[in-house]
Amino acid sequence: METLLIILLLLMIAGAIYALEAKDLLSAVVSFGIVGFGLVICFLLLQAPDLAIVQVVVEVLVLVIMIAVIINTTREEIKEKIPRSTYIYYILGFIFVVGFIYLFAVSIQGLSEFGKHSTRMATEYIKNGAVKTGSMNLVSGVVLDFRGYDTLGEITILFTAVVGILTILRLKGRKHE
Amino acid sequence: MKGMTIIVKKITQIIAGPIFLYGLYIVAQGHLSPGGGFAAGSFIAGAFILLVLAYGDKLRHLKTEEFESSLIETLGILFFIITALGALLLSIRLGFIPVFFKNFLTKGIPGNLFSAGIIPLLNIAVGMEVGGALFTIFLEFVIRSSKEGK
Repeated sequence: METLLIILLLLMIAGAIYALEAKDLLSAVVSFGIVGFGLVICFLLLQAPDLAIVQVVVEVLVLVIMIAVIINTTREEIKEKIPRSTYIYYILGFIFVVGFIYLFAVSIQGLSEFGKHSTRMATEYIKNGAVKTGSMNLVSGVVLDFRGYDTLGEITILFTAVVGILTILRLKGRKHE
Repeated sequence: MKGMTIIVKKITQIIAGPIFLYGLYIVAQGHLSPGGGFAAGSFIAGAFILLVLAYGDKLRHLKTEEFESSLIETLGILFFIITALGALLLSIRLGFIPVFFKNFLTKGIPGNLFSAGIIPLLNIAVGMEVGGALFTIFLEFVIRSSKEGK
């Protein structure tokens, strides 16, 4: 299964790189969809159906909205001339990539093996969660019972985002320029 | 924003209702099967977003109606907080340790539809909040763009 995951992740990376480099914006959006649906298959392989459902719905919504935006506006990418004569960008990028890979290799030394975990709280939740909350779906039980404050914070963030967007885009009460 | 062709409109007419019903099913079964409030809210908002995208902004005089989805979203977050506060207050009356988000209702038999205490109520609240929020954001951009297009 790890081999399959690695192949999927490489495909997702290729899709993301093509989405950056594509001339046509529609094909960029479609190749960006590879990332989302690859993530859905990854979640299904790792046996997380809750995350897979949310990811597939959000991915479809985002793709449909992006394609509607492109149909209603333009398909051409606006080209801006970046002076690439200096090699300093490439050198800085190379240094960043090397440093990132080094820090990543250092930081994964302390992790446990793939598919195993050594967290005490999670083990307790998995053992006694269904009895304590009475919910058959353990994710729902953890999210809404043990971690109720987290869910409260999440929906508060969503509410704040909506209030901010309604305030910025409001039509009533705006002075006519 | 313009609508799409007759094929898209007809298929949307057929398929939007089942998507909405599937969202309701997921929010009702959130404590039994995979899913829950976030997925269900996305499904419900998706059904309405599909309708608006297919029919354009002529659907039900969208230029003036922007109130209901925002109301649903506000009611959702209010319902969530009231349930959590009510659990705090009622657990004092019922003799439990008073905790915010106390699961004070009876647990029932795990696996039944009416089980798991207040978790289904909180699921419904989260579903209302997420669906209302996503649809409000989308609708606000559509109304704004159609106003600016003139």
